[in-house]
Amino acid sequence: MAEYLIKNGFVFDPAQKIKGDVADVAIKDGKIVKSVEKPKVIDAKGMTVMAGALEVHAHVAGPKVNIGRIFRPEDKLFTYRPTEKNHRMEGGFSIPTTYKTGYAYARLGYTTVMEAAMPPLFARHVHEEMRDTPIIDEGAYPVFGNNWFVLEYLKNKELENVAAYIAWLLRVTKGFAIKVVNPGGTEAWGWGLNCLQVKDPVPYFDITPEEIITGLIEANEYLGLPHSMHIHGNNLGNPGNYTTTLDTLKLAAGHKAKNKFGREQVMHHTHIQFHSYGGTKWADFESKARPIVDYVNKHKNITIDVGFVTLDETTTMTADGPFEHHLTELNHLKWANADVELETAAGVVPYIYSPDIFVSGIQWAVGLEIALLSKDPMRCYITTDHPNAGPFTRYPRIIKWLMSQKAREEQIKAFKANDKVVNASEIASIDRELNLYEIAQMTRAGPAKCLGLASMYGGLKPGQDADVAVYDFNPDKEHKPMEIEEAFSEVKYLFKTGVPIIMDHKFVSEGRKRTLWVDAKVNENPQVVRDVKEKFLKYYTVTEKNYEVVGKHFIPNPYAIEVDATH
Amino acid sequence: MTKTVTDVICPFCGTLCDDIEVVLSDDGKKILEVMNACAIGNEKFHHSQAADRPKRPRMQQPDGSYKEVSYDEAIEYTAQMFVKAKKPLMYGWSSTNCEAQSVGHEIGELCGAVVDNTATVCHGPSLIAIQDVGIPSCTLGEIKNRADRIIYWGCNPAHAHPRHMSRYSIFPRGFFTGKGQQSRKVIVVDPRPTDTSNMADYYYQVEQGRDYELLQAFRTALHGHWLPDMVAGIPKEKIYEGAEVMKSGRFGIIFFGMGVTQTLSKNHNIDAAIMLTKDLNEFSKFSIMPMRGHYNVTGSGEVLGWQFGFAYGVDLSRGFARYNPGETTSNDLLRRGEVDAVFVIASDPGAHFPISSVKKIAKLPSVAVDPHFTPTTEICKLHVPVAFVGIECGGNAYRMDNVPIDTRKVVDPPEGMLTDEQFLEKVLHRVKEIKGAA
Repeated sequence: MAEYLIKNGFVFDPAQKIKGDVADVAIKDGKIVKSVEKPKVIDAKGMTVMAGALEVHAHVAGPKVNIGRIFRPEDKLFTYRPTEKNHRMEGGFSIPTTYKTGYAYARLGYTTVMEAAMPPLFARHVHEEMRDTPIIDEGAYPVFGNNWFVLEYLKNKELENVAAYIAWLLRVTKGFAIKVVNPGGTEAWGWGLNCLQVKDPVPYFDITPEEIITGLIEANEYLGLPHSMHIHGNNLGNPGNYTTTLDTLKLAAGHKAKNKFGREQVMHHTHIQFHSYGGTKWADFESKARPIVDYVNKHKNITIDVGFVTLDETTTMTADGPFEHHLTELNHLKWANADVELETAAGVVPYIYSPDIFVSGIQWAVGLEIALLSKDPMRCYITTDHPNAGPFTRYPRIIKWLMSQKAREEQIKAFKANDKVVNASEIASIDRELNLYEIAQMTRAGPAKCLGLASMYGGLKPGQDADVAVYDFNPDKEHKPMEIEEAFSEVKYLFKTGVPIIMDHKFVSEGRKRTLWVDAKVNENPQVVRDVKEKFLKYYTVTEKNYEVVGKHFIPNPYAIEVDATH
Repeated sequence: MTKTVTDVICPFCGTLCDDIEVVLSDDGKKILEVMNACAIGNEKFHHSQAADRPKRPRMQQPDGSYKEVSYDEAIEYTAQMFVKAKKPLMYGWSSTNCEAQSVGHEIGELCGAVVDNTATVCHGPSLIAIQDVGIPSCTLGEIKNRADRIIYWGCNPAHAHPRHMSRYSIFPRGFFTGKGQQSRKVIVVDPRPTDTSNMADYYYQVEQGRDYELLQAFRTALHGHWLPDMVAGIPKEKIYEGAEVMKSGRFGIIFFGMGVTQTLSKNHNIDAAIMLTKDLNEFSKFSIMPMRGHYNVTGSGEVLGWQFGFAYGVDLSRGFARYNPGETTSNDLLRRGEVDAVFVIASDPGAHFPISSVKKIAKLPSVAVDPHFTPTTEICKLHVPVAFVGIECGGNAYRMDNVPIDTRKVVDPPEGMLTDEQFLEKVLHRVKEIKGAA
């Protein structure tokens, strides 16, 4: 393989504590190396050099994403870019086609992306879409929080069985981590009900969300998986829900991470912006970012991603089925629902975060407050819960808001009800401006550590994968807010595993994307084997033999991360 | 010793049964017996073994007769046709696997084709309605495990999806439905009495073409509002009664078919049916599902969806994807004479399109890729027989509830025969050569 040397750039690499020093980055055989002999030289003078970024939570592949694409032809309007050399045609805004997903992430300097919710029965669909998403490495989190096996084992306090079942499911679906969405509430949605609080009982199963969350944290640490239990808590999106969120976060207390991947958290709470609301109804809706962030700041075994509202017309989609029904009753836009036997559900509803509506403005403020009040950027990550709070293609705009108080002031001024937004939040009084080192922590080193992938991704240390992004942005100069957004909208150069993908803003290759999954070995467990067999015989509509995802037509280039959890 | 292959997926209808068992001869080459399948599925497996099945491509001669040609000649003809055409139509896709569809789409993208599937004459109106008002749905196992109200509207699964009722809806005993049929109430709406309506606890013989009125009447009745004495040929008492049955269930489902998608009002019928389902969620839990016909028509919509953003009628001729049913759909293009070549795969427009469209296909450069002799293969300039997906090769397919199931290979295809995917791969390769892209 060719050798490359990226010369004289301003390097930001939290993995090595490099804060913008002028340095060279050498690439050989797909890895970062100390030095190279006959490299192709890329002059990065006056530019910013970072590792490829990681996405911890985005809905980019699978059944509900595709429902979104199919039922929203309007989302394609004015977005199409025709076929070019090394580049299939691409289109869509909030729910881009798979090709656009790959290209658009690459343009932003992202090289690894995690699909946030994979219904196990639909694992093949998720993998087919990921196969058709070029360039980026991807993994997918299967959902467990409403799975009948999990509910039954946890009700009987059978930790070993739930762990063995999780290991089995990760293997047959080629999944990466334990995802929990509205624990118990989505099962209740099978009957049109919900669980809004952590102590609400799940119909029939006689278990509470609290027990599900705690049980899955324990199972995760019993297995020692690379990532922690990844939760979307109960009561999402409702005024006054911050108390439910605090109840959820408190369940991590007393648990300690046990794994060989350098991960320290036991709970990753996702899109916490949607869970940090005060007030009792929409009229007195307000931000409660501070109590949430205060709690997270004090507890090192929790990580979060934000879910910034970007003030766009977008498409919401989640395995939180009852929430989407609630939303369609609220905004009266079209509603898709997809309940999945024994496992989960999903809903999809378009949504417009209008700067003219004060609730949207406050939601925007909540997201930024969380990031700006957060004391440890290694534990707080940039996401939009794509496409729920906005499309991921808006990350450069978020970076602008985070790095420039002036940009935030301009946006506040543009709100129709700016006084209401200012009164119901503290965004106007925050003058913190994040620097590029902190941005690199929130998009590279932090997510890599949280996912248990810090040895591969998120840094520029020799031995790590050569995922490198070069932005045409000189950190020594003064910049207008808009220049920040523009610079981070398109990398000038991008390498993925040592392969040049974008050179001088042009695609030169689609690389060789990998699918990451976790292969956890556990003791033989005849009871789980028997239970799986029984459930497939009696309740599933596919046979056990037709459930496992096998074959190159689904996963052309798998990358298994092995975990030994035999006790 | 004979060998039995289990967990075989039936490549016929959208029910996509995956519990078929196939008994093979000692040498594993012949299918002797097919178990668990319905009459249609059974026939498809056995038919694949027919001695008179076409095994090599056939080219139409000036006198209308057909002459056998090699696969290489067939590939050359097809690739040249694509390259020369300004706007070729690629129609079908519903009885092949997703991998073949994917390769076909790449050809379409390179050659500026219109890619359309059988939904265009089937559940296309349902897709339009879904774009209007969404779709609250679920997987078939949810119905098996929870549903106590089953509605079949404008469809006749007893004949078209023979195992649908026993596997998923009326009869199975699921987790919360241990009494099976006894725990369920069945409503059937159809202008004609059918073998499905014989199963119904409540049968509504709607006046032909009046489904829209009846659907809206049910919505009205749900909220207890006033109705005229008769709607769509049904007395109002029966409508109030039916609405009460729907409301009083714990979990209900509406299955609908061609009887509502391809009759008067088309997508507006489905709009109303979906809104009825949405309304019912105020009282109970309700879902709705189209009874998709071909075993992988759903898959074609899915693959087109994630690659281009539209489920059918995708026009790639301008270098980017456009979708406008009525303009970019097969029959409209054919009848207006807007396409200059036709590529048909895994479907039979010759039997199902209006004669005015079929005549246009017969006059154009045309290729039909199909394992059978069909009316389409007899009018196209070139017939390329291929292996049967789901019998002679595997590949992914999507059930009517969007659940993906990987079909299974049971026997080898006849010697030297290509699969859909292999044939398309070779055409793609040749197209790239001709265009100088490879």
